[in-house]
Amino acid sequence: MAADGGGVDLGGRRSSRPAFRWRSGVRAGIHVLCLIPLAVLMAAGIAGDLGANPIEAVIRSLGDWALRLLVVALAVTPARRLTGWAGLASYRRMIGLWAFAYAALHFAAYVVLDQFFDWAAIGREIVKHKFITAGMLAFALLLPLAATSTSAMIRRLGGRRWQRLHRLVYVAGPLAAIHYIWMVKADALQPMVYFVLILGLLCYRGVVKSRAGGWMRK
Amino acid sequence: GGAGRAAPSPFGKIAKSAYTLDEKTTSREDATHYNNFYEYGLNKEDPARNAPGLLKPRPWTVSVEGECAKPGVVDLDDFIRTAALEERIYRLRCVEAWSMVIPWVGVPLGTALQRFEPTSKAKYVAFQTLNDPKQMPTESSGFRWPYREGLRMDEAMNPLAFLAVGLYGDVLPAQNGAPIRLVVPWKYGFKSIKSIVAIRFVEQQPTTLWNSFAPEEYGFYANVNPNVDHPRWSQDKERRIGEFLRRPTLMFNGYGEQVAGLYAGMDLKRYY
Repeated sequence: MAADGGGVDLGGRRSSRPAFRWRSGVRAGIHVLCLIPLAVLMAAGIAGDLGANPIEAVIRSLGDWALRLLVVALAVTPARRLTGWAGLASYRRMIGLWAFAYAALHFAAYVVLDQFFDWAAIGREIVKHKFITAGMLAFALLLPLAATSTSAMIRRLGGRRWQRLHRLVYVAGPLAAIHYIWMVKADALQPMVYFVLILGLLCYRGVVKSRAGGWMRK
Repeated sequence: GGAGRAAPSPFGKIAKSAYTLDEKTTSREDATHYNNFYEYGLNKEDPARNAPGLLKPRPWTVSVEGECAKPGVVDLDDFIRTAALEERIYRLRCVEAWSMVIPWVGVPLGTALQRFEPTSKAKYVAFQTLNDPKQMPTESSGFRWPYREGLRMDEAMNPLAFLAVGLYGDVLPAQNGAPIRLVVPWKYGFKSIKSIVAIRFVEQQPTTLWNSFAPEEYGFYANVNPNVDHPRWSQDKERRIGEFLRRPTLMFNGYGEQVAGLYAGMDLKRYY
């Protein structure tokens, strides 16, 4: 789900073998880290440790992690610019996909656990409650991004068109945070933090872009 | 409350009540650890963690003021002495679309209020929660603390309106609104104000906390109504805590027979 023009990385610079090995180690580490919240949640579920309303606890936790990982994915490019560590870019896509995975589980938990496939009720909720509308829209916008996340799809679309498509995250990201802001009854501090972080990370790209007079390119 | 079910009731004799439901009661653990009591934090687990160490439920007085012949500040034990304690099993429906079934111990609100002899000017009853930052941190901003609620006089006098001092045969835990709280089973849970220190008979509809915070979301009446949606939550179904599938929400939370007459001729979409 890369949104910027940092150059599409197909993860395949295999000329230097030690660097490649090191990189796949980092990749495995990221996968493990991203699996931990899900494992903790499942363990708590099995242990019956999710409180009086376990369905709500599952949905909230999955949504939280989707937002957190989205923030991390969006922070990769600014971090790369600030540190000058070009290799960071190769981890962006997998973190973005993990953010999508949590968003998809969040959506699935709503459909299965919360509404139990009551599609009519889900339809009414989408129309009537703006926080559901925003959430559904954000998720729908992430679908084409996830679907085109393979290297084959990047080649097929061409880097430029792929990048343009993936700028949908500029809409999906803030919408996901707005979904959370509109969901809370009072105290919107935590969802506002996500909103500001996401907006800030997206704006950073805009600033860099305008300074460079175009999408940054090597 | 650490006392188990086997322990003798701290209340002595509790009268059997006609208000018993043929529904499974919510587990005591859930009813005492999943609470909205924003003075102690915004998460449902916060009140059970924070309230018991801060709230001092004894000694406790209730001040009864306003349009009545015999106002006064009354000690809690004296306040509830007007009627025999009884156990009532009521449905509790939160505006957030979850529900519980709780066995409360207490006295009818109407009986407790009658002795203060409200005058004909008393059209409403206003309730106020303890206002002491040491015992109730009320850290979350945006609200006009202390918590306030209100009922129309005829609602308050309805036999279903109840003042609880206990649940599950035990003294009310701090997180559930110790030492005395309102229970209005046909209204959304936020109407059932906790840890009451002041009751005032008034002529005008009183200001209430949620209504002043977001009037388009939380009405003064707040009757459980599956036909009127909250902007955030559909109200036609609810999740009963402990159950998987949502169940349909009943008009007036299933208490229509006793309370529908209070609202005859009223447009409940307008007076939500």
